[in-house]
Amino acid sequence: MDFELTEVQSELADGVRRLGEGQFRLDHLRTLESEGQVVDRQGWRQLGEAGVFNLCRPESEGGVGLGLAEAALVFEELGRALVPGPLVATHLAAGSVDGADDGSVVVGLLEADRTGDRAALPLIVEGLDDLDVLMVLSDDGVTAIDPAAVDATRLQRPMDPLTPVWAIPSPSTLPRGTPVAGPDVAARWRRDGAVLTAALQVGAATWVTDLAVEYAKQRRQFGRPIGGFQAVKHLCADMAVRAEVARCAVHAAAVTADQPDVGDAASAAAGAKLLADEAAIANGRSCIQVHGGMGFTWEVPAHLAYKRARVLATRFGTDDQLAEQLALSIPVPTGDVR
Amino acid sequence: MDLRYTDAEQAFRGELRHWLATTLPGLPPKPAPTDWPGRRAYDTHWQRLLFDAGYAGVDWPVEGGGRGSSPVEELVFKEELERAHAPYVGVNFVGLLHAGPTIIAEGTPEQRQRYLPAILNGDEVWCQGFSEPDAGSDLASMRTRAVRDGDHYVVTGSKIWTSHAEVADHCELLVRTGEDDSRHRGISWLILPMDTPGVEIRPLTTIAGSTEFAELFLDEVRVPVANRVGDENDGWRVTMVTLSFERGTAFVGDLLEAFELLSATVALARRTGAWDDAGIRRQAGHLRAELDALWALTKRNVSQAARTGIPGVGGTFFKLAYTETRSKLGEYSLSLLGRAALAADDVEGADGLGPLPSATMVEDWLRGISLTIAAGTSQIQRNIVGERILGLPKEPSGPPKPAAARVPS
Repeated sequence: MDFELTEVQSELADGVRRLGEGQFRLDHLRTLESEGQVVDRQGWRQLGEAGVFNLCRPESEGGVGLGLAEAALVFEELGRALVPGPLVATHLAAGSVDGADDGSVVVGLLEADRTGDRAALPLIVEGLDDLDVLMVLSDDGVTAIDPAAVDATRLQRPMDPLTPVWAIPSPSTLPRGTPVAGPDVAARWRRDGAVLTAALQVGAATWVTDLAVEYAKQRRQFGRPIGGFQAVKHLCADMAVRAEVARCAVHAAAVTADQPDVGDAASAAAGAKLLADEAAIANGRSCIQVHGGMGFTWEVPAHLAYKRARVLATRFGTDDQLAEQLALSIPVPTGDVR
Repeated sequence: MDLRYTDAEQAFRGELRHWLATTLPGLPPKPAPTDWPGRRAYDTHWQRLLFDAGYAGVDWPVEGGGRGSSPVEELVFKEELERAHAPYVGVNFVGLLHAGPTIIAEGTPEQRQRYLPAILNGDEVWCQGFSEPDAGSDLASMRTRAVRDGDHYVVTGSKIWTSHAEVADHCELLVRTGEDDSRHRGISWLILPMDTPGVEIRPLTTIAGSTEFAELFLDEVRVPVANRVGDENDGWRVTMVTLSFERGTAFVGDLLEAFELLSATVALARRTGAWDDAGIRRQAGHLRAELDALWALTKRNVSQAARTGIPGVGGTFFKLAYTETRSKLGEYSLSLLGRAALAADDVEGADGLGPLPSATMVEDWLRGISLTIAAGTSQIQRNIVGERILGLPKEPSGPPKPAAARVPS
């Protein structure tokens, strides 16, 4: 048992971090704020060349042949860079949708049945204008539909300026689409999608911790850096703890998916997503708090991470759904159950 | 990242599991919680069994008489003992986890020869005299004074949070040998035989009603200079060296116990019908996620120790997160008991299905309160994360400078 990153894994993560710092610089991303299209096609192809989408595809089928563990490390770095667009969906679609694996096609995903129990809530689809293919995921399986055929209204003030959104007035208006995969694949996509989305959240949770710590070191009030005050220092410490605990959960979930004999991969994925969502949201909020009044400005990027965390928390299971799933997975001592 | 155990690690687990299965049924009945001589006898008997089977000091280096196991084997060892509900380390805690490793690292050959075998085979029990009534988080301000008198130190002062003092043979004692304000530069590490004249023990009862702690009053207690471990005034460093023996496994037993408590709590919620409430279920699900993550963090910390040989920063993360999760779990089980939590008795359920698990849960909730305080409060831990890991400016670490004389205006 060795739960540390291998040298190859560390190098992979470093490589993606460099790609993020080069191709997806924040000042560049910010020029796309509030646009209808946020996917830079050239950047997307570069992600494809770097193996982001075909990482888990077998080498015999042109993939990199690595596991979900490596994918989680890669997505952590993409999350750290706040790379916009349907990264997880395109990764999942590699092998099922032509062109997804090399980044020549942008594939979105809609979980059609996850709001079904709240009939008043419309379906919200992200980034429709960027998509070549929209996949619809339900317990029955996956279908692919033409994004242009979706009857949807673009919402004018998206919460995350880098996640444009459309409302679909009624799920019944969705085109039927062509079947891509059955229930088994759908279940696996839900699990892997949760792990990779959680990895994005951990990356963002770590990035805002760094941002808050940097600011706390240089911002001076009452004659000293504010990071010297316990009130601020402890906020930062809690951010670091949340990010690290969630990171371990995400890594364990990914490894468990790759090595099914070591545990219950579905529960591990649910737990990882639950804690990573919380870490990203709480750390985003704390980062704004550490920045004080400036944190509430559009200019300081803390809000971008906080808003993105909120977006990602709605995908592949909300906190309530995940906690419910986990509750039912707790082993109960026999004999004590009525 | 690999969560699979190697063949050698699995073989170690298999042998240990077999030994536990054949040994545990032969243990005598557990003594009452307040029967300290009985507890000493029980715990040291267990230690002797471990010793005879080659499992004493699994984490100690071979040259210290231990098994020299890898951190991963140490993890497996603690995991298997907890899963088999083997006795806790109990009164052997300070000797095995603290005094022994310190003497291995810093003791003279004579000291190693004299003290280590008796720790490993359960013959001698140790207690710890570090904290003082006026020196808790700020341990370096401790005042228990040791004055040199020929080949002895004469020690006067008081210590607190000395666990198992009543049944201990030796105390690892930190004393001030430097100037009053010398702080961590003027501390020495002594071995105090507990039967030395002038040592008075006053038991301290915790809010959980337990009596494993004591206050220690030392009145001109004569300790041979030969009992000093490390150089005079170098005791702070000696103490810190001990901490580097931690390999990420300190809370393995506790954490696995928490998994069991969560299962028992869910069983209780199902029995009472509270489980029909989605909010109640989600709290349990959330706790499951946290415990799973902490188990993963444990494996990360152990793996880091195995790679680097030194404890990483993960231990501090673990303690902060674990102690909060454990508090939440305590509150959760308590709320599910409702008014049946008003006594730490196993009160009969009104459903005719036998007693409720109130005793375990109420006791656990009470003990849980100490977790965010003991071995470095959460506030101190957050300072450590903030300063040593994140590099934020330090807290003032010495006594406040005397205020400059004010010029009357």
